[in-house]
Amino acid sequence: MNRFAKSWMSAALCLAIGTAMLFGLPSVMDDYTLIQVTIYAVMSILGVSLGFIWGFGGILCFGQAAFFGLGSYTYAIAVMNMGDSTVPFVLAILVPALFAAVIGYVIFYGRLSDVYMGVITLTVTLILFNLINSTAGPEWRIGSAPLGGFNGIPGIPTLNVPGRPDDVLSPKDLFDVTVVCLLVVYLGLRVLISSKIGRVIIAAKENEQRVLLLGYDARAYKLFCFTLGGAIAGLAGCLFANWGAFTSPTIFGLAQSAQIIIWVIVGGLGTLVGPIVGCALIQWLTTAIGTQQTFNSNLVLGAILLLFVLLVPRGIVPSLGSAGEWLFRKLRRPAAAVSPVASTAVLPPTEQAT
Amino acid sequence: MTPLIETRNLNVRFGGVHATRDVNFTLAEAELRCVIGPNGAGKSTFFKLLTGQVKPTSGQILFRGKDISNMQPHEPGRLGIGIKTQVPSLFNGLSVWENVWLSARRTNSTEQADRITRETLERVGMLALRDATAGLLAHGMRQWVEIGVVIAADPPLILLDEPAAGMSDAEVARTAELILEINRRHALVVVEHDMNFIRMIAKKVTVLHQGAVIMEDSPDRIMRDPLIQQIYLGKKPH
Repeated sequence: MNRFAKSWMSAALCLAIGTAMLFGLPSVMDDYTLIQVTIYAVMSILGVSLGFIWGFGGILCFGQAAFFGLGSYTYAIAVMNMGDSTVPFVLAILVPALFAAVIGYVIFYGRLSDVYMGVITLTVTLILFNLINSTAGPEWRIGSAPLGGFNGIPGIPTLNVPGRPDDVLSPKDLFDVTVVCLLVVYLGLRVLISSKIGRVIIAAKENEQRVLLLGYDARAYKLFCFTLGGAIAGLAGCLFANWGAFTSPTIFGLAQSAQIIIWVIVGGLGTLVGPIVGCALIQWLTTAIGTQQTFNSNLVLGAILLLFVLLVPRGIVPSLGSAGEWLFRKLRRPAAAVSPVASTAVLPPTEQAT
Repeated sequence: MTPLIETRNLNVRFGGVHATRDVNFTLAEAELRCVIGPNGAGKSTFFKLLTGQVKPTSGQILFRGKDISNMQPHEPGRLGIGIKTQVPSLFNGLSVWENVWLSARRTNSTEQADRITRETLERVGMLALRDATAGLLAHGMRQWVEIGVVIAADPPLILLDEPAAGMSDAEVARTAELILEINRRHALVVVEHDMNFIRMIAKKVTVLHQGAVIMEDSPDRIMRDPLIQQIYLGKKPH
């Protein structure tokens, strides 16, 4: 089976699991658990946004939380002013995308190195954190939406049926919308990665010099990748504001940015499913640890990150994939000898089927 | 007739190092030229100038009469200048097929790129290893894959920086055949150290020394020249 077929088989498998969750979970879970799963799905979209730009574009962004927070605040401010949530939903994606495009343009067209990418994105996040944090007074408002400073914005209206502001979504509806968004993001990125644009993005990560020598403007491809990552993070921010009807400056914080990186490392860099698995696992662990007093959750998260970096550097999904392939080959070997050509066709550590 | 590529008084300095000195170089359409010179003669810098990786301090580079001296690094590739670098520059994590396909796909549809990739891999003798990961191949094979990457884009000008380096005698002979076959449709500039290899392919050789062109002639005359023997082989003139 070639890499292309394996890739689409795994995409079909993920789609099947996602669809089964969409239709199956609401009937077997109580409302509280369903709301918990919804936030896992919201954060998974955020994780996938970083997994895409880092794992496929080679852009390590320390400030993915900036786009997430911008999406959240944009939705909150716009929906409080407009009433209907349709345009705010779109704005929550476009504003972070535009912001990412501006930052990306400076970085990629200014030919700044990877180190500066990390420094700039982290700095921008912290600036936004401090900026929003210091807007506590009543004079800080945009239209009818008070920014709230460190108290955040409470009482954010939930998404409604387009054009019908009074017809707001129930928690079950929000679960459906979130899971559908996650599936659309996953499949959309899957299709993109298989396209010419996606392959050039991956190639630029592998060897930017060669991409340039072939005549591709690597800067434009990286900018597109970074902007798309910002848009997806903005979508996650919008859904986050809907989930709790609340947003606050802490989502711009350093802890939030670090957590996204941990999800991607634990789940597996260079895959789209990895960040989803890593996010769900870490979120669940954080909640579980929070129910007891013996261990500090940040300490446990730090230990998990260290363990993964040292013992499972490729992350859960690629390691499971390799183990599955090894098992598959071992089971097939008695039936068909492996040809020398086939034995050299080793999958690269990145861009695997998942 | 307008030359395919022409440099006029090309100079480049890196701090105090004068890497290229007043280089005037002309190559006609479909010509094959070898460039030789000892280490540090400025051969690779010359290639970097032609492909926009290094900007000239002064002078001009003309491609079919158009000044390309200050182009962005991706523009010479679009214009039709392909290069195989000294150290093979491939997408190591991607397959042989994907490496060549990315080159073919830039100006072609997916179907055309598939066909060109297949034909190119047949030309360079790498079709059997189409699914192999490029980074895991032996050095000689990586050289051929990179030549495939270059010719898949069908550029009028191909620059090959030491295409036979690190190859066995059989591989060198095969590479020479491949270059002559490529030269039927493309102009080539080949940088090499191996004189036997140069004799196999070249009609005209340009000699670079300390960044300057010191001679242009047939391979046999170049080899017999006392100055070249002194510079290149360390022999004193009789």
